[in-house]
Amino acid sequence: MSKLIPAPWWSLFLLLFWLLLQNTVSFGVTLLGLILAVIIPLYTMRAREYPTTLHRPLLAVQYFLILLVDIILSNFNIAAIILMPKKRIQPALIEFPLDVTGSVPITILASTISLTPGTISAELARDGRSLLIHALNVQDADATVQQIKQRYERRLKEIFQC
Amino acid sequence: MTDLPQWADLLISFFLVLGSSFAFIGSLGLLRLPDFMARLHAPTKNTTLGVGSVIIASMLYFSVTDSLSLHELLIAIFLFLTAPISAHLLAKAGLHLELEMTENTRDLRKKPEQYSDKDH
Repeated sequence: MSKLIPAPWWSLFLLLFWLLLQNTVSFGVTLLGLILAVIIPLYTMRAREYPTTLHRPLLAVQYFLILLVDIILSNFNIAAIILMPKKRIQPALIEFPLDVTGSVPITILASTISLTPGTISAELARDGRSLLIHALNVQDADATVQQIKQRYERRLKEIFQC
Repeated sequence: MTDLPQWADLLISFFLVLGSSFAFIGSLGLLRLPDFMARLHAPTKNTTLGVGSVIIASMLYFSVTDSLSLHELLIAIFLFLTAPISAHLLAKAGLHLELEMTENTRDLRKKPEQYSDKDH
């Protein structure tokens, strides 16, 4: 990667972020945004402890869209559980063995788990090899683990190649 | 009210009602669910759709009446970034304080010592 733009995706994100913040797209605003998108990564590069590379950007977009749909579904799911009168829920603490490595992928996976149907990531194991998940209503814990593995972790592994 | 076209009127109202319903259900969940960990599920999930819908309504309203307005998306981005993290920290605190969970919670930890502060 070039020295001027050490983290192109980050720069692009900063530019979009700037344009959203300004809520207009004019020449001056875009120019300033471009300058900031170059300067900020250069200046803060040293503070980035966990360098990660996005190997499959298109897959990342797909991941985001899947996540968006799942979040909407999970909202209805939880709403149903809350509104159902006297429905016996079956919570469980589940151990989720991690296949992905690296701080950024694990963070994304943990956040995904918290945002999707019925599960919250509660704790990362000391050795960093598994996540503790609290599930609101599960019958089959292994199925839940497999589902998360198939749906999210597999994709994250491909995106970050870890 | 300003002169909104009827389709926009309906669409905006739809998203506002949807959003506020979900925000309400999320708060109701705090009241109805049995224990601390279960209660965490309601606000993390339902507020995202609640706020999300209100944001969509706001974007629609200002895009129709004024010019294209997208900076509400930033609120959504920050919410998506922060909601799971605050939930994670709360869950972590709950675990370490060993708060009581409802009796039908199944603890399927194989290596509980991996998730504890205490030295075994």
